Amino acid sequence: MTTIAVAETPLTLGLLRLADTALVHSHRLSEWCGHAPMLEEDLALANIALDLLGQARALYTHAAAVEGAGRTEDDLAYRRDAPQFRNVLMAELPRGDFAFTILRGFLLAAHALPFWQATAGSRDATLAAIAAKAEKEAAYHVRHCGEWVIRLGDGTGESRRRMLEALDTLWPFTGELFEVDDADRAVIADGILPDPAVVRAPWDATIDRVFAEAGLDRPAEGWMQSGGRWGRHTEHLGHLLAVMQHLPRAYPDATW
Amino acid sequence: MSETPMPLWEVFIRARTGLAHRHVGSVHAADAEMALQAARDTYTRRGEGLSIWVVPAAAITASDPADKDMLFEPTASKPYRHPTFYTVPEEVGHM
Repeated sequence: MTTIAVAETPLTLGLLRLADTALVHSHRLSEWCGHAPMLEEDLALANIALDLLGQARALYTHAAAVEGAGRTEDDLAYRRDAPQFRNVLMAELPRGDFAFTILRGFLLAAHALPFWQATAGSRDATLAAIAAKAEKEAAYHVRHCGEWVIRLGDGTGESRRRMLEALDTLWPFTGELFEVDDADRAVIADGILPDPAVVRAPWDATIDRVFAEAGLDRPAEGWMQSGGRWGRHTEHLGHLLAVMQHLPRAYPDATW
Repeated sequence: MSETPMPLWEVFIRARTGLAHRHVGSVHAADAEMALQAARDTYTRRGEGLSIWVVPAAAITASDPADKDMLFEPTASKPYRHPTFYTVPEEVGHM
């Protein structure tokens, strides 16, 4: 099955960045299905994964409509290769342990909540509607993951050690959430997507509040990873896509 | 790996305004806040709820099944307590 290449205008690129981050993070969370430490958490992680999958579907559908080439959400999800994915790198890092999964969920949700709140006022009516729904979901993700960050950070020696390790690994990937390139500037200027600068203050407040309660020191703002939003990915994304895309690529006409 | 089992919480959900909270099951959680989230994630996935209560299972005092003759048997011979001796007009609906 042939790979497709989306014509990337600032808007389709902006939509793909959001959709790919949601889809790839959703897939990582879904890897816990049947493996979480307890049944209740298995359901909680699957619920978050399904929220993100729903967001990804709506964003891909919108991106396909904007592109106007007759493609579907499935084409965008299943028929692009790793270099065409535009997700932030944090989303594609391997599942890790429970502390890593929870902290990643918290960091992404702490950004997503103010981001969607700002996007709810977008001049793009479809995007505004997607944002209004995603905002409520993100609020719960912040709450659920945040409460776990507090309990693991301020828990046993073992849980704290794992949380500190996860923080060391993940923090350099937070810079990508606030990057702005020319494509971003174009959609920001059009009032379609918010300026990340708007998201910074509420993000800081959420991180500081939860870290203070968890007894975690916020790492210094040093060198940050970059590249996912332009298609330069870690070696992990290809493996993830191989699993995720195998079925529709092998059997393009398969239906439920 | 040694694991301390987490406390058990009984979950009550009110499906609609005006209805009572109804027992739906139980969850394991370390504390009340996490129990509330576990209850939300486990029992309200299909839009079942408007309000959730969680109660530590240990806080519930239960009757002894062995006492059932003493507690419940005497009511069996008091059918006059059932409102079955009246005809309720159709229009009344559920009382």
